Amino acid sequence: MSNDIFVWIEQFNGQVAGPSWEAIGAARTLSQTLGGQVCACIFGQGVEALAKDAIAYGADKVFLADDPTLADFRLEPYTALMAELARQHQPALILMGATARGRDLGPAVAVDLETGCVADCTALEFQDGQLVATRPIYAGKLLCTCTVPERRPAVFTLRSRAFPKPEPDPSRTGEIIQVAPILKEEDIPSKVTGFQETVGGVNLADAAIIVSGGRGVGGPEGFEPIRELARTLKAAVGASRAAVDAGWIPYEHQVGQTGKTVSPDLYIACGISGAIQHQAGMRTSKVIVAINKDPEAPIFQLARYGIVGDLFKYVPALAEELKKRLGA
Amino acid sequence: MHIVVCTKQTPDSAAKLTVDAAGNVSWGDSPIVINPWDEYAVEEALLIKERLGGNARVTVISMGPEAALEALKHAIAMGADEGIRIWDPIFEGSDTLATSYVLAKAIEKMGDVDLVLFGKSAIDSQTGQIPVEVAYRLGFSPLTYVIKIAELDPAGKTIIAERLLEQGRQVVKAPLPAVVGTIKGINEPRYPSFMGIRKATRAQYPVWSATDIGADPAKVGAAGSGVRWTRIFSPPTREGKAEIIQAETVEETVRILVDKLMAEKVI
Repeated sequence: MSNDIFVWIEQFNGQVAGPSWEAIGAARTLSQTLGGQVCACIFGQGVEALAKDAIAYGADKVFLADDPTLADFRLEPYTALMAELARQHQPALILMGATARGRDLGPAVAVDLETGCVADCTALEFQDGQLVATRPIYAGKLLCTCTVPERRPAVFTLRSRAFPKPEPDPSRTGEIIQVAPILKEEDIPSKVTGFQETVGGVNLADAAIIVSGGRGVGGPEGFEPIRELARTLKAAVGASRAAVDAGWIPYEHQVGQTGKTVSPDLYIACGISGAIQHQAGMRTSKVIVAINKDPEAPIFQLARYGIVGDLFKYVPALAEELKKRLGA
Repeated sequence: MHIVVCTKQTPDSAAKLTVDAAGNVSWGDSPIVINPWDEYAVEEALLIKERLGGNARVTVISMGPEAALEALKHAIAMGADEGIRIWDPIFEGSDTLATSYVLAKAIEKMGDVDLVLFGKSAIDSQTGQIPVEVAYRLGFSPLTYVIKIAELDPAGKTIIAERLLEQGRQVVKAPLPAVVGTIKGINEPRYPSFMGIRKATRAQYPVWSATDIGADPAKVGAAGSGVRWTRIFSPPTREGKAEIIQAETVEETVRILVDKLMAEKVI
């Protein structure tokens, strides 16, 4: 076994997913203790340009597989290649973002290699020579620490925005190694037949700012001021379960225990009472602002700043003020 | 068509949780319920059965001690045909590597399974890793984050599913047998009927042991696991109450808020 760390660089249409660079940053930090190299694994079609980016962000080595069979993320060819690279090079750790794709690939690779995969880590640190991962359980109501005591490589998926994104340094140098896919197209049963991209939305998991609406918005049209404020701040739009279940906004926007877990710099909760299930999805936000008519709403226990009042007055006023101040 | 739904029991999502120094989690008076995400998987299985004119069998399985019966009973009360509990004391301490092995062995034993349905993840341990691991072990098509089964052709042995990823919906065509990880939005789970609850109370729930499913003892429990949980604790509590901003006018109030947010460097 080597002391190298593999990092899977997730890309969609050539765009790298945020937590991939965060994982490179985490790997760099861990390699100071481990002493091995940080190896980026980039799979796709027409993705050669990303190899240099990976080196700039902190990779020492890049395994680059550029092939039509890898154009779309599919579990079968990606797992086969990742597991084979791990068998050949025997890294100590494999890191990747805890995105939809990463949370499929990590455990599949772990089963292939008969090793442990720790899901959705928010912190990683060495204690007595053992890598200890912290992760939320029960929707963040509790935390736990986990190790992979014996098996190698140990696989960890990293929650978006839990680790700092490194500054790219274009002067860094590294080695780029071309690798070939393991599976041929005829050996891959799944076929991707279409992709409907979400239009005009900011991805909640990656968003630095989220503006969310709850029962207090009163109806589908009540989300208009929320969206306007979000546009002003280049923020993502979130929603509570109450608003989603009422059919006012699609499920993709739901934040909470049965929705997405988010951790933005700023979370503005509008007309959200702050049920424990909603808090579970957003409590790790850096700064929380609550705008709610009810001064007793539990959201005010969690928020740093609160406005007690009608969101239909304060949200548009806030958007106006921000337009002036941000020069938008 | 034989459909298997994998489920487990969890504390109710509204439960207030506490943890003692030894790391034991308790949830007060809150009930143990079927993992809320799994209700979507059970509902989808029942909808498929109804679409096929009843020409399908829905078996629900759960790996767990007696408390797992709660999850099986709920699924039977919703309309599943049969519930099987998979348990052996040597399964204690299994991580997802070991749990997926046990579930895969149980499904293999059935021999005729076309479709395995899961909820997105369990709301307690929250790994979401089991569906893909079971698929990978069985060699079934791995379809996770499914928000719609667009087409299911039992004769042609194919499935077309829409998967919700960060950037949108990926449409995948894959052969059966398949593992489908469902998410909220795929359907609206039904409430158990009175007749269903009666049926669930009277039903027999066989228990399959490690020997019954032909599981290798070295691959289950702590011995068969890669991940060890070392500590469970409460997150640091957030400091007190919000600073309420209240000025003469709406405009003045939002101006003060923006000042504070700019000072915090979050905008």
